[in-house]
Amino acid sequence: MNFQLFTYNVHVFYSDEARRRAQNRRAKPQRKAKKVSDDDEDDEDEDEAPRKKGQRKKTKPQDSDEDDEEDKRSVKRKTSKASRKKAKEESDEGSEEDKKKRRKQGTAGSKKDKEEQNKEKGNVKGKQGKDKGGEKDKKKKNGKISRNKPWRMKRRLVLLKEAQEFVEKFEGALGKGKGRKLYAYKVMMAKKLIKFKRDFENFKTACIPWEQKIKEVESHFGSSVASYFIFLRWMYGLNMVLFGLMFGLVVLPEILMGLPYGSIPRKTVPREEQETAMDFSVLNDFGGYIKYSFLFYGYFNNNRRIGLLQFRLPLSYLLVGVGIFGYSLMVVIRTMARNANEGGDGAEEGEFTFSWKMFTSWDYLIGNPETADNKYASITTSFKESIVDEQENQKDENIHLRRFLRVLANFLITCSLGGSGYLIYFVVKRSQDFAKMEKENLSWLEKNEVEFVMSLLGLVCPPLFETIAELEDYHPRIALKWQLGRIFALFLGNLYTFLFALFDEVNEKLETEKSIKNATDWAFEQYYTNYSSHYNTTDVPPPNVHPADVIRGPCWEDAVGIGFVKLIVSDMQVTYLTILIGDFARAFIVRFLNYCWCWDLEAGFPSYGEFDISGNVLGLIFNQGMIWMGAFYAPGLVGLNVLRLLSSMYYQCWAVMCCNVPHERVFKASRSNNFYMGLLLLVLFLSLLPVVYTIMTVSPSFDCGPFSGQGKMYDVIMETIEQDLPPFLANIFTYATNPGLILPAVLLMVLAIYYLNAVSKGYQNANLDLKKKMKITRDEEKNRRNNKDSTNEVMKDLEDLLPNKSLIPPPVEEEPHPDVIVDKGAKSPKIKPGAAARGVNLQKDVSLAAPNPRAPVTRAPGPRRGPPGNARSPQPGPGRGRGRGGHPSR
Amino acid sequence: MSMSFFIHLFSAHKRFTELLTKDEKDLPNNRVPMERILTLPELKSNPFRKRICNVFSTSEYKDGGLTFEDFLDLLSAFSDSATLEIKSHYAFRIFDFDDDGTLDCGDLEKLVNCLTGETDDTRLTPEEMRQLINNILEESDIDKDGTVNLSEFQHVISRSPDFVSSFKIVL
Repeated sequence: MNFQLFTYNVHVFYSDEARRRAQNRRAKPQRKAKKVSDDDEDDEDEDEAPRKKGQRKKTKPQDSDEDDEEDKRSVKRKTSKASRKKAKEESDEGSEEDKKKRRKQGTAGSKKDKEEQNKEKGNVKGKQGKDKGGEKDKKKKNGKISRNKPWRMKRRLVLLKEAQEFVEKFEGALGKGKGRKLYAYKVMMAKKLIKFKRDFENFKTACIPWEQKIKEVESHFGSSVASYFIFLRWMYGLNMVLFGLMFGLVVLPEILMGLPYGSIPRKTVPREEQETAMDFSVLNDFGGYIKYSFLFYGYFNNNRRIGLLQFRLPLSYLLVGVGIFGYSLMVVIRTMARNANEGGDGAEEGEFTFSWKMFTSWDYLIGNPETADNKYASITTSFKESIVDEQENQKDENIHLRRFLRVLANFLITCSLGGSGYLIYFVVKRSQDFAKMEKENLSWLEKNEVEFVMSLLGLVCPPLFETIAELEDYHPRIALKWQLGRIFALFLGNLYTFLFALFDEVNEKLETEKSIKNATDWAFEQYYTNYSSHYNTTDVPPPNVHPADVIRGPCWEDAVGIGFVKLIVSDMQVTYLTILIGDFARAFIVRFLNYCWCWDLEAGFPSYGEFDISGNVLGLIFNQGMIWMGAFYAPGLVGLNVLRLLSSMYYQCWAVMCCNVPHERVFKASRSNNFYMGLLLLVLFLSLLPVVYTIMTVSPSFDCGPFSGQGKMYDVIMETIEQDLPPFLANIFTYATNPGLILPAVLLMVLAIYYLNAVSKGYQNANLDLKKKMKITRDEEKNRRNNKDSTNEVMKDLEDLLPNKSLIPPPVEEEPHPDVIVDKGAKSPKIKPGAAARGVNLQKDVSLAAPNPRAPVTRAPGPRRGPPGNARSPQPGPGRGRGRGGHPSR
Repeated sequence: MSMSFFIHLFSAHKRFTELLTKDEKDLPNNRVPMERILTLPELKSNPFRKRICNVFSTSEYKDGGLTFEDFLDLLSAFSDSATLEIKSHYAFRIFDFDDDGTLDCGDLEKLVNCLTGETDDTRLTPEEMRQLINNILEESDIDKDGTVNLSEFQHVISRSPDFVSSFKIVL
């Protein structure tokens, strides 16, 4: 009962437009109330009433036209509305309307209506307080409504004033005194909180390192180039953690708690090297003082515990060395999994890609001209990216030719990869032969043949692959992936030769070490026998030799570490020089020599360089591989790499902004850079192998590094388990390493992988199904939207707002008589002359929509059978756009 | 109505009176010309600033001048509390450059040019422009009449994740 009263009130106070909004959607009582208001209008336009009544029972589109007309009228009558509204408040209005209704509607519903009206009246008299409460609610609601409608301020003010008066009258003391202050305080705090939240968001964004720089690059060069920098930033974060582990747990304890420099042979420069130890050429090769510093493996002492804390340095060294791999693996896999959740290969699946870019990309909060410029650039770039994607989708291709070309391209590239692989193998073989010969007999070329061939391949092959890839005509994003994969295969050869050379060196060093160790042992023995025979005592003091003069082995670990450091540094130099010459100098020449040159340098041959995404990404990945492999032998390498990444971030950002031009086809990077991550994972695995191999099988040097004196490096762990852990733990370890346990564990894991894989497949299928369903729902909704009637109210609000109160030309295909519009078109000057003619074809285009039959109504409408506005009724309601004229049953 | 309402009102009024010249301050119901409205830092770098003024202006000369009421209209449409419906409505009117109630090709082209900035190097080529507009019409022009009308526009906008948060001006 109260509900009915409420709806009644709403309809008394609603303006006509708002009232019409209820049309077709409301439940039965509301529908009736609406009729009351319509009848009220009829009262004013008495002459139009019969026609209208007829129209209302005709097809729905016409209904909407009529709504438009009514709206025009409502604009005219706007001035009189306020007074009418007040008049309605009086209670006798209800009975008047009631009478009208009885007069106009001879249907069965009117009786019920009457009853309701009477009940309402009784309610007004009897439950005065309730009525007021309801009205108050409604008035408050009115305030909210006025804010939610795009009305002019004046109109809102009128409504607001009314509502305000009412609220003041009935809210009474609530808004005054103590409560008021508290309320004001609350409001203030709420505002403060909002502001704080906004500031905090800004702060959080500001905390992400280089976010600004990357955004700037992205806005000018597209997301593909930005993806490299994001990858670089991610790599920097990873390396910072590795650096923290290495320095916090290995290097710092040794420096702070271990023996000082110069106290033992491994921490001292040998006598014969001391003269040249500070020469630049020596230091540049990481010899001299650098070789005997904490940067390398050899510096660390093999004391089981050091310092006050009894820090087990050798154990810590081994665990950190392995832990770096464990941590990296974990992080890479976790990132990949997270990226996979975000999913997508960059091509957006949303149906409104372009429209959203167009209508919602500008951020109205931008108040800074520079930011605005960046935003312009980024919007342009994103438009271009989407256009490239779209062009790719629309490309109609000769599928056979394309396939043939792709097979051909892959064949060519496989050939060249195989050729370069054989070349590398051949050269390495030759260099091993050369190594056995005497160095004086070799020419410079023969000595550096491997490096020469490698850099030549690195120089020639990538552009060659790129040229061949033109044949394939992939989307640039996919082409980038292929390019990355191919160059990766090429670089693997690089890695292979490097490791090959390194292992040769290690084996050689191990040989010499064995002889030196024997010699030292022999010398010690000599010393002891001489000493004891000379002084005739068994208590022999250790030989008093200066640490610099002790005979020492070659320490192959140091050699490996130096090899990696050299490689990293030379790689860094080459990269930076390439940028400086290949990009900066080129851009400089092109820019300034262009004034006095015979052809256009900027548009013609050299032009500006493009940012080489594949080369840079792979450089970064292989660099990281070197770090992983080398970190065990040269703890300082991680610190060096952090510096390198830091500098290259700034340097490359500058270089790309200063000397490069965006790609010809700016393309969108895949949202997840999982391809990069996958390559990284592969490299991580490849670099894990040699390190674990050396830890498990190769015996460490006898006189340098934390594991000296052990048979194998991992013996440190065995020793700790045996000596420091309680015996039952040791037992557990022996059981755990039993093959009988490991095999079932591996089997279990394989089964788990199989199961999880199956589950994920199932989810994928479910996902696809849901996507399909969503698409179907969207299409349905589109069709419903296609029917204008349901959204017509909004159009009316718009008309009201247009400056000259001009009306939107009513949708042409729904207008039976175009002439009528032209008559009324005095207020709609923008109507297009061809619009009426075009309307004929339109229906064919909208194939998904229900047809709007335009046949004239030849027979009188039958009695209404159900609630006409009920959208759920099985019969096609007017809201569905199916004309009644088409149904012979009516 | 409520305290927060008045707080907003005061700050808005303060900013508005700052735009008035001395002798204008005494007059009631005066109109600030568009040029002075555009000096507001919040609007200065907005590519749609002139359109915004024109849309919210009730001036009969169509010069984009705003009274205080119009100014409040503007702020409320761009405020946090405005609903998606209001925001999309005004966005539509801002994008409707020729005020004919639909977004046709001309409107869309102007819109793209606004978004890509004034400089030549960020402009799209005619070919790209044609493709872009075709795509937009394909996506959002549901009834295929070659223009985007308000309901189609709102249909598109209501699904956008970040429209409400970006269609905002805070004084």
